[in-house]
Amino acid sequence: MKVTRTSPAARIAAIFGLLVLIILAAGPYWAGRADMRLMSEIFLYLALASLWNLMAGYAGLVSVGQQAFVGFGGYMLFALTIFGGLSPVVAIAGAAVLGSLIAVPVAVLIFRLRGAYFAIGTWVMAEVFRLTFAQVSALGGGSGSSLPVGIVRSMADGRAAREALSYWLALGMAVVVIAAVYFFLRSRQGLALTAIRDNELAAGSLGIDIWRTKFVVYIVTAGLTSMVGALIFLQKLRISPDAAFSVNDWTAFVIFIVVIGGIGTLEGPIIGTLIFFALRETLADLGSTYLMVLGAVAIVIMLKAPKGVWGLIRSRYDFELFPLSYRVHHDDTDK
Amino acid sequence: MDWVNALVQGTLLGGLYALFAAGLSLIFGIMRLVNIAHGDLIVLASYLGLVVVTATGMHPLLALAVAVPAMAVLGYVLQHGILNQTLGDDLLPPLLVTFGLSVIIQNALLEGFTADPQKMNAGAIETASVSVGSLQLGVLPILTFATAVGVIAALQWMFYNTALGRAFRAVSDNQEIAQLMGLNRRHIFGLAMGLALGVTAIAGIFLGIRTSFDPSAGASRLIFGFEAVIIGGLGNLWGTLAGGVILGVSQTLGAKIDPGYQILAGHIAFLVVLAVRPQGLFPRVSG
Amino acid sequence: MAEPLLSIKGLDSHYGDFQALYGVDMSLAEGEVLAIIGANGAGKTTLMRSISGLMSNGASQITYRSQHIGALRADEVAARGIALVPEGRQLFPSLSVEENLLIGGRMHRKGPWDLTAVFELFPILKERRAVPSTSLSGGQQQMVAIGRALMSNPDLILFDEISLGLAPIIIKSIYEALPGIVGTGMSAMIVEQDISKALSVSDRLYCLQEGRVALEGASNEVSREAISAAYFGVT
Repeated sequence: MKVTRTSPAARIAAIFGLLVLIILAAGPYWAGRADMRLMSEIFLYLALASLWNLMAGYAGLVSVGQQAFVGFGGYMLFALTIFGGLSPVVAIAGAAVLGSLIAVPVAVLIFRLRGAYFAIGTWVMAEVFRLTFAQVSALGGGSGSSLPVGIVRSMADGRAAREALSYWLALGMAVVVIAAVYFFLRSRQGLALTAIRDNELAAGSLGIDIWRTKFVVYIVTAGLTSMVGALIFLQKLRISPDAAFSVNDWTAFVIFIVVIGGIGTLEGPIIGTLIFFALRETLADLGSTYLMVLGAVAIVIMLKAPKGVWGLIRSRYDFELFPLSYRVHHDDTDK
Repeated sequence: MDWVNALVQGTLLGGLYALFAAGLSLIFGIMRLVNIAHGDLIVLASYLGLVVVTATGMHPLLALAVAVPAMAVLGYVLQHGILNQTLGDDLLPPLLVTFGLSVIIQNALLEGFTADPQKMNAGAIETASVSVGSLQLGVLPILTFATAVGVIAALQWMFYNTALGRAFRAVSDNQEIAQLMGLNRRHIFGLAMGLALGVTAIAGIFLGIRTSFDPSAGASRLIFGFEAVIIGGLGNLWGTLAGGVILGVSQTLGAKIDPGYQILAGHIAFLVVLAVRPQGLFPRVSG
Repeated sequence: MAEPLLSIKGLDSHYGDFQALYGVDMSLAEGEVLAIIGANGAGKTTLMRSISGLMSNGASQITYRSQHIGALRADEVAARGIALVPEGRQLFPSLSVEENLLIGGRMHRKGPWDLTAVFELFPILKERRAVPSTSLSGGQQQMVAIGRALMSNPDLILFDEISLGLAPIIIKSIYEALPGIVGTGMSAMIVEQDISKALSVSDRLYCLQEGRVALEGASNEVSREAISAAYFGVT
């Protein structure tokens, strides 16, 4: 009898995934400008979705306020490059660190709330961030500011090179986030997290420090989300409080992606992002009707298929692409 | 004297916030459900009032007679049709379903009414005021505050003096055993949501008279209502009134320092309570 | 012979994947008092939950007054005149003693039991009527729980482990009140760990063992040895 973690499906998926990654990495050589921008957007949403899923699907922390860190990261990018003189790429890393730091007092406060009240608390925090940054006139106040041309030019020589760099940064971000989440879930902390998700009371009685684990997840997610935010606004070249801290753009869409794809699984956000963008490209003209459709689909999925599209696939075929569970194999010699 | 004025205005504003919060508090107390679409439902009621007023030319306050029953029925149907299926131990379904509802309502309003700010015209009452000592108090804020007190008093009376109130408390205590008394919990939850949305309708009408509103106004209403509930303490309607008042006073005092600080001041007051006394001032139920 | 009031045929109850009752057959005639005994985990409470509708089963597995009630919800079963005094009392903490009783009577079914009658049966409750129900002693809470069930004027009353956690003297006084309760024409099923108490008030008994009926017989005829054997599963 053997206990293994991987499976034929996972091995095939790994090879397939590597091939896809190589093709994507070569993107600047075969994709046009518009396609590269679209793919960058997909990668960044994928990163946001994977992070939100880690918090909600594994740590049980449902946040409707992650836009706080997306916007914070964006503003830190602007602040660090304009006032700190850092290069944009270094500033992105700086945004991650600062995002983690600011998340500490935030977490200390909102962890006093539970369940849905915690969720609304995260929203209040995002509003506090938004209102605070709207007061900072050095960064444009209520109407925002644009990234100075000199800073943009310093990224690389020539527009094509800059776009390739932006694209690779976005792709790299998605890969780093997914890899980080995957390896984290495979680790001891990750196992603790899964235990907490499955049964908090039992996990606590096993000596797993629930509070600390959730706290760490929140801080790390905040840092990485800030990093994604910095990248987003590096691409947009312009920031304003409403755009930076938009609930629709950075929370509603992300939640729909994760719910539709499959919450609490690594594969879910990937599928969800693909579905979301496919829908957007086909329905984009419909404006607010599109959002209504998304909302309705999310509700139906939550009520009828709470594990999302991936959950449906998995319940039919019982396989994983990211090897996380253990499997017991019985040999014929076991008798 | 200016500061006393700000204090009084803030208290009266607290009445409006208490109206926002009462429905939220009620539902959480009975069903442990937090409705993220709550703010959007308040705004929906405002638009409903607007439609009635525009169609019939009646005074906005009279529109209550239509809005309250209409929203109550909507609440019952919503609970019975959708929200009852989300109840259980898992916290994700109710949260995500009500979030989806919030998005749907906002965008439906956007489609139907555009993003233009709207307001209901209540005529003379909007500017009328009475003199109390050296203070000028608006009639509308006084009326709003009085309505809030009246609504909460009526709800409290209902809870502790009627068979329905007993049923609500029993179901809130122990859903399973309450069934043994012949209580159909799906029906009871529907009634609770209907009641909550009826209160929400009152909030929406008063909101629509007092300030301009647009489809995206729901988020702030939810947040103010939520802050009032947390400051006041879970499971206590009078506490919610107190919470609303504290929030209102914080906002008006903040506005006195600088008009741009009004909302932020309210958030800070909320965060201070969260830091210093997270269970709220007069809690009765654990979250 | 008259149609039984309650008839259970082939009842299989499950908690998820775990089966708690296997093909249980039972019947209760109108006016009878049945004792249900068995060790912990034998399935007694599962049986009570199934009859009262807190657990759902196959519709035809439980028949009451010729109607299939096995799949009905608990509130529907209660409306038909079956009341449960649940294991562990389970009073409503937000309600006072009197309010607990009042909510028991909310269906306003006709019968001799009302607030006055319950206070007459348990006078101590009248003294403490306005007090929050959970601040009472265990024995008094049990009285409230019984009173709450009586207020619905049921035709069939189910008692689930009413002696659990109570002092012997309290158990004695409650059991002394029992004939007065069921004497009003009610039928009853009494789940009990205390076998002698169960035998003293019942007409017939069933013994459950690991989800199955291991013994059935008239209370005054069944021998100690037969009960022991059935209780512990020794053949």
